[in-house]
Amino acid sequence: MITILTAVAFLIFAPVIGVLVSGVDRIITARMQGRVGPPVLQPFLDIAKLFEKEKVGVWQAPAVLIFLHLAFMVVTGLIFFGGGDLLLAIFALTLSEVFLVLAAYSTRSPYAHVGAGRELIQLIAVEPVIIIAAVGFYMVTGSFAASDIMNYSGLPVILLPGIFISVVCILTFKLRKSPFDLSTSHHAHQELVKGVMTEFSGSTLGMVELAHLYETVILLGIIYLFFVGNPLLAILAIIVVYMLEILADNSTSRVKWLPALRGAWLITLILGGGNIIALSLL
Amino acid sequence: MIDAKLITVMYVELLLFLILFPLIPALILTVLRNENLRAIVVTAGAGISALGSILLLAFSVGQNQLFFTVPAPDIALVMLVLEILIAGYLVIVSAKAKQFLVIGFVLLQLLLIGGAEYLGLEGHSKVPDLLTDEFSAIMAVIIGVIGGLICIYALGYMREYQEHHKDLPDNRPKFFAVLFLFLSAMFGVVFSNNLIWMYFFWEVTTLCSYLLIRYPETEEAINNAFRALLYNLIGGACFPIAIIYILVNGGSENLGIGSLIAAGPAIALIPASLIAIAGCAKSAQLPFSSWLVGAMVAPTPVSALLHSSTMVKAGVYAIARFAPVFDGQVLGMVIALIGGVTFLVTSCIAISQSNAKKVLAYSTIANLGLIVACAGVGTPEALWAAIFLIIFHAISKSLLFLSVGTVEHRIGSRDIEDMTGLAAPMPKVGLMMLIGIAGMFLAPFGMLISKWASIHAFSQALPPFGMILIVILAYGSAVTVFFWAKWMGKLLEVRKWEESIEFKISKAEWAALIPLTALTIIACFGIAPISTYLIEPFLVTMYGKISDLIPASNLMIMVLMLALIVVLPVLMMKILIPRRSLRRYMGGVTVKDGVMEGSLGMKREIALSNLYLEDLFPEAGLSKYGSVITIVLFCVLLLGLISGGVL
Repeated sequence: MITILTAVAFLIFAPVIGVLVSGVDRIITARMQGRVGPPVLQPFLDIAKLFEKEKVGVWQAPAVLIFLHLAFMVVTGLIFFGGGDLLLAIFALTLSEVFLVLAAYSTRSPYAHVGAGRELIQLIAVEPVIIIAAVGFYMVTGSFAASDIMNYSGLPVILLPGIFISVVCILTFKLRKSPFDLSTSHHAHQELVKGVMTEFSGSTLGMVELAHLYETVILLGIIYLFFVGNPLLAILAIIVVYMLEILADNSTSRVKWLPALRGAWLITLILGGGNIIALSLL
Repeated sequence: MIDAKLITVMYVELLLFLILFPLIPALILTVLRNENLRAIVVTAGAGISALGSILLLAFSVGQNQLFFTVPAPDIALVMLVLEILIAGYLVIVSAKAKQFLVIGFVLLQLLLIGGAEYLGLEGHSKVPDLLTDEFSAIMAVIIGVIGGLICIYALGYMREYQEHHKDLPDNRPKFFAVLFLFLSAMFGVVFSNNLIWMYFFWEVTTLCSYLLIRYPETEEAINNAFRALLYNLIGGACFPIAIIYILVNGGSENLGIGSLIAAGPAIALIPASLIAIAGCAKSAQLPFSSWLVGAMVAPTPVSALLHSSTMVKAGVYAIARFAPVFDGQVLGMVIALIGGVTFLVTSCIAISQSNAKKVLAYSTIANLGLIVACAGVGTPEALWAAIFLIIFHAISKSLLFLSVGTVEHRIGSRDIEDMTGLAAPMPKVGLMMLIGIAGMFLAPFGMLISKWASIHAFSQALPPFGMILIVILAYGSAVTVFFWAKWMGKLLEVRKWEESIEFKISKAEWAALIPLTALTIIACFGIAPISTYLIEPFLVTMYGKISDLIPASNLMIMVLMLALIVVLPVLMMKILIPRRSLRRYMGGVTVKDGVMEGSLGMKREIALSNLYLEDLFPEAGLSKYGSVITIVLFCVLLLGLISGGVL
């Protein structure tokens, strides 16, 4: 019963939390750059405006694929916050990402094409860590079900330090932040224009943004799980991790995809893989 | 209440019918040169085999494992004579082609199996010859239904093939005859309980594979056919050694699969591992895998039937049969690691390939590797995953092979780069290809459920091997997403709607493509009943009690997700689609959609090419490293076997 409630809560409140996080992010970023920054609710206003625009596009497929991207991002969150199987949530997340990539490909824009290829590279840079993290939670709590992990009274991070560090590293990919904003970024003045999103506009772009809000909340939820036994500490951890991400975003320049992929895989292998193999031998 | 004896007779007749019946169309087809009559014979033969296998599957629900002795005492002698004839034939063709290594291995195997027959001639009638249970019945349906559909597809495909290759002699009578001979041998492999029987059918499938690979009769095809033969013979040599080991150590009553597994790991582990080596060669695991990539020179129905959905499955079937023996054993884990390394390495190689058939070949090797990994782990959950992988891979991969074959004949290329925007000129086949690809790696589809179960299974496997397998699987499945998704993207890169070129596709090809597409989707909806009525009872027979597998509620979520993918686009189409269509942004002066004008007045049309990351995933380098690692693992396995044999 509680799990259904949290799932419904996710459906309704995740965009709100996402907007607040993203709004605060923009203010802090602005302050770091010596600007005042937009109001906190600016991300909401941006998205709301997108839905009022005329529906235009290169052909029919991208909009439908983007809708599926959003739908399965929501499904991922429902499974995760509804206490379902962690691996199942991860697979739903991958499915959602693949729909975004397919939508970008289907626009047949040269910029989106390059972006889609890079988005896939980001996807494969991130995928191993997430699977290893899920297995790590299983080893600590004895279950893949998010509901069981939520009821765990200890701090999984103590047994999973390597995995936690790898997850924090790959979070930069997922939040589309520098130095790993390879496939698209918040700024359109670059060699790949807006990358995957070049040809999306109006409500289609709005759905992409909405999906990203949901995704942000899911990712922060995963950070929460590392500290599940102590909610206060968990929220503190989320704030610290997110601050680090903003700091990295503002103090680094984008890296090429090859070192990004190599780095992510190496960190995952050594810290993540080493962590679960060592844990299994304990 | 039907008499138990009557049931036995009925079963024996059905099993023997399935093994022997395909020989009838095979014989008729050798002499038939009329195309229409051939179509009738092939369709009837395939249809009857398919119906027979479905009947067997229906019977097997609620039945336990059953063993039968065929009341024909001279049959062992007949098999030996046939084996000598096959060996003689192989020696002659190899001598002609100066393939002396092949001759050596043919003679070695003949010597070994002769020795085994000599040792066991009196004894081996003691074990039942045939067996049937849910697992064999599932395999039989894959052979009968998917194999049958591919045979029908081949009717249309081979006609066009001969039109495209005018220089080749029209050997279609022989081609179809060998296809049916192969079906018969495959039924034999999955129904054999007596290992000597299984070995006989095993060798016949190797022979069929050799004959079909060299069908184009080019130099490349002949060389690749001999390579396939050689590698399968090297691996196959372990099979008679296993039989001799059983006869020397355990006595002939352990020569049956059922009794051997029941005898426990103390007796069964060494012969099971030897058979697993033969299985690894047949399933093209590293370092043997190059034969399967070479086998892609054969006509596409051959690749679909032998080299993805059935024959290579015989290898993993044999390993999966002995999964309970490997449960919790280090030797089993070594086999699992061989499969795991193969999965990871060949998935990486698939990224660098743009030839569609080579991508499919490498992905087949990779998935077989994953099945070997599950079978080597050997827990009930791992075996559950392995069987589902076998089912879903057979369906999706044959659909993909056949749709690539159809596309190849329409656009004259099997290169993925040439399939840009294929969804416009070939909407139906394009959609089928998309479904097939989705079936290989995306969430609500079958393969992914099996991967999910394998992660569950590996996390409970013997540490630290289980965790090493998890890491391998985590990387491997990421890489898998990459090469499939970029292929899907390529199909969707539509420039503008063009006139369909699908009207030229033959009825025979549609007759296979449509049911396979339907099966890909239906099988996903059917996971829960397949698991409850077929696989779980089988696991109970093998292991006694089994713990909870994938919970039903999660399977329900999967089915709901699948429903969403189907329903949402239809529901939302009207609301979502753009009201006005715009040109693409080209960063310069766009002359017309997709064409831009540069600063010097040059007009350029966009050309998009996918990432292949050859520097990161070089085919030659990865094969080399993968082979070195797996050869070391095989050496460890052999050392374990030898020391186990001495102790």
